[in-house]
Amino acid sequence: MEHSSLAGRIFRGVALSLILIFFMFPIVWIFLMSFQNNDQILRIPPRILFEPTLANYEALISGQLRTAAGNLQISFMRNLFNSVVLSSAAVLLALLLGVPAAYAFARFKFRLGETIAFTLLSFRFAPPLLVLLPLSLYYQELGLNDTYFGIVWVYQLIALPLILWIVRGYFEDISPDIEHAYRLAGHSWREAFTRIAVPLAGPGIAAAGLLSFIFCWNNFVFALILASADKQPVTVGALAFVTASGIQYGQIAAAIVLSVTPTLLLALYAQRYLVEGLSLGAVKG
Amino acid sequence: MSMVQLLQTNAQAAPAKPRPRVRLLPYLLSLPALLVCVAILVPFVTAAVYSLQRYRLNLPYLRGFIGAGNYIDFLTDPAFWNTLQISITYTAVTVVVELLLGLGIALLLRRPTRFHNAVSIMLLLPLMTAPAIAALMWKLMTNPSFGILSYFVGLFGVTDFKWASDPSTALFTVVLVDVWVYTPFIMILLLAGLRSLPRQPFEAAALDGVPASFVFFRITLPMLAPYIITASLFRLLDSIQQFDIIYAMTQGGPGDRLMVFQVQAYLEFFQYTNVGRSAALLMILWLITNILSNIFIKNWLRLRARAHGHA
Repeated sequence: MEHSSLAGRIFRGVALSLILIFFMFPIVWIFLMSFQNNDQILRIPPRILFEPTLANYEALISGQLRTAAGNLQISFMRNLFNSVVLSSAAVLLALLLGVPAAYAFARFKFRLGETIAFTLLSFRFAPPLLVLLPLSLYYQELGLNDTYFGIVWVYQLIALPLILWIVRGYFEDISPDIEHAYRLAGHSWREAFTRIAVPLAGPGIAAAGLLSFIFCWNNFVFALILASADKQPVTVGALAFVTASGIQYGQIAAAIVLSVTPTLLLALYAQRYLVEGLSLGAVKG
Repeated sequence: MSMVQLLQTNAQAAPAKPRPRVRLLPYLLSLPALLVCVAILVPFVTAAVYSLQRYRLNLPYLRGFIGAGNYIDFLTDPAFWNTLQISITYTAVTVVVELLLGLGIALLLRRPTRFHNAVSIMLLLPLMTAPAIAALMWKLMTNPSFGILSYFVGLFGVTDFKWASDPSTALFTVVLVDVWVYTPFIMILLLAGLRSLPRQPFEAAALDGVPASFVFFRITLPMLAPYIITASLFRLLDSIQQFDIIYAMTQGGPGDRLMVFQVQAYLEFFQYTNVGRSAALLMILWLITNILSNIFIKNWLRLRARAHGHA
């Protein structure tokens, strides 16, 4: 099966190098760009060696953008803060709602449970706008438009199926005998749930939580429709920033770096669980 | 039988377990998830109703039931056929390219060496980048005046290559971004699948000196098929609904060159305030995804049962 011939090894080496260049180059290039000023960026031919500047990050953090036309107020830090608040709250809520439900689906076979589990799963694959557009009209009537709660609520569409199906798999992998034994010793189901089942499924719950966080953070369309400027996360904010700042390419690159760093670090930390999470528990890594 | 007797017989049958509470328990535990489901179903049904109405936000007094009117209008509307064609092309091209590339990479990284594992972890990074942000990254790299990729194609004598802003290359550009983001998805699913295959058939083939191409087409591919099908359906379902990359890159332009379903529906709603038409478009998209997701869920359940060790 393994090509150990010289030609085979050269082919594999070249192929892997091309693949690494294609997938890594954009990240490296934008990272470098974020430390350049506009003159350096616009220079042709582009140079790999340059004098790095932190001015782009300073401008983003201070919220003051100096352009040829004058000073521009930017609220990118606000977007970053919104992303943290929205994604964390959405994941906490989804864990609170999802973990007990996942436990119920794993331990008790009941028809309603299957219906709920599959309804949520099928909505994972339904066009998000189908729910969002009517919802935006409802939200306007209910006063939920442009509130953190309203956005966190729809983020359940992303986080809940993920948590339900992954955590359910972990609960199913734990033998119910342990809990039975614990209950025979006179403990209530609540104690069996909190002291036996949840700690045993802990790694799965943590992984599902981290992945949901990444997916909520990366979401774009929900907040695009339901949030105005001061509630927008980085994904929507970065796009608005491109329009507003025009030709401040260095700042755009810096904004991109700030937007993706948290999820990339989390992904590296949770990479062991990514396969399982991405396939909703169908493929184990 | 009196109530007391009934309770007594029940108590005798199951002396230790408080039965009624246990039966109620699963419903109580899943109640919150149920509420979320209902909260999703309400706007969904509303959308279905809107799709049967003449409903424009700027002309509220014209609102009324028109049956399948919105759908019938699509039949003679070139914009609709354009949307359908672009969506299908985009989906077909992205899924085929990502599948071939992802399979190729997975095969290259098959042996679990430290280097291969490091590469597969690095390839996760594009997948974990928000697609809308990924589009912005590529926008910076394909900028006609300073973009590094424009510079590279210039080195090969191709000047005036306008990437996403030229109708003839716009589709290619967004497909490129989609491939960059999502190929790793197929790669890691197939890599996990490849590494979970039993070793015996491969060892036996090696002992018998079976040629590599025969091993690949007759052993590897058939055994990997469930993973390939699940990964492709996953991507098919997401790709036909692509919004983020296209919207962030060109908002459906230039002209109507990239008007896929969701971008068209978004503009129909917010730009032309035609709620009825927008809802009808989304219902058609939902119908397509629903058929695909039913096939998908069957395959996915089979794989999941295998992964969790119960058939």
